[in-house]
Amino acid sequence: MTGDNDKHLPLEDIHAAAGARFGAFAGWSMPLTYPAGVMKEHLHTREHVGLFDISHMKLFEVSGPQAVTLLNRACPLDAGALEISQSKLSFFLNEAGGVLDDLIVTRLGEERFMVVANAGNAVADEKHLRALATDFDAEVEPLDRVFLAIQGPEAWAALSRAGLETGSLLFMHGIEPRKNWFMSRSGYTGEDGFEIGLPEADARDLATKLLEDERVLWIGLAARDSLRLEAGLCLHGQDITPETDPAAAALMWAIPKEIRASGTFIGADALRMVVERGPAQKRVGLKPEGRQPVRAGAALFDADGNPAGHVTSGGFGPSAGHPVAMGYVATPLAKPGTRLFADVRGTKIPIDINPLPFTPHRYRKG
Amino acid sequence: MAKIYFTSDHEWLSVEGGIATVGITDYAQEQLGDLVFVELPEAGRKLAKGETAVVVESVKAASDVYAPVDGEITESNGTLSSDPSLVNSAATGAGWLWKMKLADDSQLASLMDEAAYKAHIG
Repeated sequence: MTGDNDKHLPLEDIHAAAGARFGAFAGWSMPLTYPAGVMKEHLHTREHVGLFDISHMKLFEVSGPQAVTLLNRACPLDAGALEISQSKLSFFLNEAGGVLDDLIVTRLGEERFMVVANAGNAVADEKHLRALATDFDAEVEPLDRVFLAIQGPEAWAALSRAGLETGSLLFMHGIEPRKNWFMSRSGYTGEDGFEIGLPEADARDLATKLLEDERVLWIGLAARDSLRLEAGLCLHGQDITPETDPAAAALMWAIPKEIRASGTFIGADALRMVVERGPAQKRVGLKPEGRQPVRAGAALFDADGNPAGHVTSGGFGPSAGHPVAMGYVATPLAKPGTRLFADVRGTKIPIDINPLPFTPHRYRKG
Repeated sequence: MAKIYFTSDHEWLSVEGGIATVGITDYAQEQLGDLVFVELPEAGRKLAKGETAVVVESVKAASDVYAPVDGEITESNGTLSSDPSLVNSAATGAGWLWKMKLADDSQLASLMDEAAYKAHIG
């Protein structure tokens, strides 16, 4: 399953001892499931606490007198408008407005920001950002960190018991609670939770303490995927790609209104044109009828058999209790309730446009 | 008394009176993880060895289960429509997939017995 060229997680020994089954993802050998299995892992996260090793993702610190202007060029973002500790979803776009990567940007100080990038794009992201940085008085520093996600309704309580108070930290805010630590209240499950970047020795200590708590269970990449899909969150490379723009992806909420017209970020002109004429396709939630999952790549058709779009992510939603999917459909068909048909191995499965998320978000916003 | 055979694709066959009951092994169900759907074949369908007979779907992926020998489907396990997790909890019992009438008994000779299969999965 995993190749010789795959990178290995610093905590791999802990995962192996926990009985993880490994598989390749974005150039990394990653725990896919643990002995509990994807179904139990998924449900446990929604009920208690899931602990995820997401060290394949990359943290960059962007700092300097022109850190704000660098980020405003690199991302459709008003970095200067972020309050200290505030986080925001943003993107690197290409000149055509396509999504090179989606990122979380957090303001750490007047001239310091944390950027969290996807594993598969980390190398390209660093190159891209460094190239842009040559025009600005700003530095890009990739950080060597273990990155853990602690997700679920009891995540804050488990962290508190492990000696880490999360106190008044709200959803989409991030702080540096200890030296070389970065902790944000965010995640990829739809639940309340935290993501913590920290040095390996500290991570071993924190993971050990957390796992002494019976509410905490290691969760693999398989359940991470079903959790994020139920929560309607995009996976870059599937649901958003360099060929899709934020308007088609229904992610314009991440781009401040003020800069949609006047922003000078890369891709601004193309995005303005897309917004003006309206995207031809839109990302939607899809609920297959019955029990059979409809997976990424399945073609969609309207009632008359005309091509209507395609599925970008699909599987079974353990909390939803039925198959769940998302994909792109022609804009006139994007209304919830519209019935389409998915081609699964030659059989047409009825599939309805469904509002996202499939399971309500339970973020702690205030 | 039924005789049990295994394939290198991790299926088991229990053969009695010219009819084989076919399922996947415990090793296979563990590799696949929690099953959420089983696409079952219609009775009467003729299968050639190596042809896809059943598709089992886990939370994450769909996997083909191949016909281990030539034959004709006589029955599929309808219980799996409402409870596909039986394949996980009882892979070699109540979680059987289909029954088939064998076209050529001599094909059984190329299959493994339990000891050989155990050696195969290490």
